[in-house]
Amino acid sequence: MINFDYVRPSTSKAAIDALNKDATAQFIAGGTNLVDLMKRGVTAPQKLIDISRLPLKSIQHLGNVIRIGALALNSEVAEHELIVNKLPLLSQALNAGASPQLRNMATVGGNILQRTRCPYFYDTIMPCNKRQPGSGCGALTGYNRYHAILGTSEQCIAVHPSDMCVALAALGATVIVNTNKGERRIPFLDFHRLPGSTPERDNNLQRGELITAIEIPQNDAFSKNVHYLKIRDRASYAFALISVAAALDLNGTAINNVRLAMGGVAHKPWRLTTAENFLKGKAATIANFEQAASIAMKEAKGFGHNNFKLKLAPNAITEALKIASGLS
Amino acid sequence: MNENYCDGERDSLHDSRRQFLKQSSALAAIALATPVLVRAAEKELDEKASAYFEKVPVKLEVNGVVHQLSVESRVTVLDLLREQLHLTGSKKGCDYGQCGACTVHINGKRVLSCLSLAVMQDGKKITTIEGLAKGEELHPMQEAFIKHDGFQCGYCTPGQIMSAIACVREDHANSDGEIRQYMSGNICRCGAYSNIVDAIKEVKEKGGTI
Repeated sequence: MINFDYVRPSTSKAAIDALNKDATAQFIAGGTNLVDLMKRGVTAPQKLIDISRLPLKSIQHLGNVIRIGALALNSEVAEHELIVNKLPLLSQALNAGASPQLRNMATVGGNILQRTRCPYFYDTIMPCNKRQPGSGCGALTGYNRYHAILGTSEQCIAVHPSDMCVALAALGATVIVNTNKGERRIPFLDFHRLPGSTPERDNNLQRGELITAIEIPQNDAFSKNVHYLKIRDRASYAFALISVAAALDLNGTAINNVRLAMGGVAHKPWRLTTAENFLKGKAATIANFEQAASIAMKEAKGFGHNNFKLKLAPNAITEALKIASGLS
Repeated sequence: MNENYCDGERDSLHDSRRQFLKQSSALAAIALATPVLVRAAEKELDEKASAYFEKVPVKLEVNGVVHQLSVESRVTVLDLLREQLHLTGSKKGCDYGQCGACTVHINGKRVLSCLSLAVMQDGKKITTIEGLAKGEELHPMQEAFIKHDGFQCGYCTPGQIMSAIACVREDHANSDGEIRQYMSGNICRCGAYSNIVDAIKEVKEKGGTI
């Protein structure tokens, strides 16, 4: 790892000022992804601005939202009483991610901003449009077992690796960012981007913006019949091949409302709005779940090694809905 | 707790930038650096160039001993422990946060020392495998690993034990399944997993503060 300048500002304002002053600077909080990327030479900031001690850690119930500070640790959020009771889907997703040690280091803001684990992005001798725009996509015709089946472009078929973000997409969270000129609120589904012709941009955060918190609507309807299903190559501590966040608001067997999002399938957490709309007002039956799953996969496309996801993904949607509704 | 300086740490702590640049290691580095950096270092003017060579003072309490250290910003806690403090119990397995062999406790939480920058831990308390035993008396988790043969080659063992203690303290050792889930960040190539689970179960069942 090449050396770098290090500063530790004591306020958010000073941190943002420091970032604006230096085009090669980057924020660091938990460092679980950034230090890894720096060791491998994927990224090489000349200055790190340590924001880990800024007072952005609280988890609060504010009116009809739950607000989580950007520097709250993944483990703290997953085990917080408020989250376990009111947002169990988020707690499940967080506990499905990484390892206990990493969850003790990684922050909520950093989790949202983590980079893809595409092996071509990580291997600096390989072509990768995300790491080096214009160099090509190694995965497109290469080893693409872990890659996207939805929302892809010819430039990039990488997936967003987060579990937490899949739950946040399902729960309709808002990302709150500070710009030193005021606050900006970004709906979660508008935060991450599809690769299109600019895969180097993972999300819509602008230079000079600091994520300070996320807000999640506190809706008791989605606090009971929920399930985060994660399918991976080993039973624990691996990135998702496919994951599904499912939340059902049931009235007996009738579905009042439903939220569905997937991980491991796209460049961003993938909300399944069409499938949700299909299920609303219908009965919670396996046949309806299967039909919703097939609707969700309408646009899906495999690239060879990841063709198995075309079958695994709809099965996972059905299974997650079965578990969430108590049918499984 | 006592103030304790290891070899050279007091000297380097009080080095000014000028003195530091005169040291042979830095001069060797300058010899390899670009002419711009050399000129900047000679004039002692260029902030950015000097920052690359500058060490940052860091105060850490490691296993109850306070250390006043001086580290480059890129130094990880793992490298600091092993190379500067000569505490080689924490192991470098993958160095990328994938194997858990480097697990230590920082302010009571189990973390990966290979992905933790030392400068970011200023003022914190670190416990390593060397800090568990009280003199000749092993920690109950160390005893249990020996009793149940919770290792073969032993390379992952310091990380396994640090993680296992945290697993019990976090109250995540209530069933075989829960232990396996919450120990999944520690990889054992020899496959001693079932014996590790037995060791953790025994410590959990005995109860008491560990």
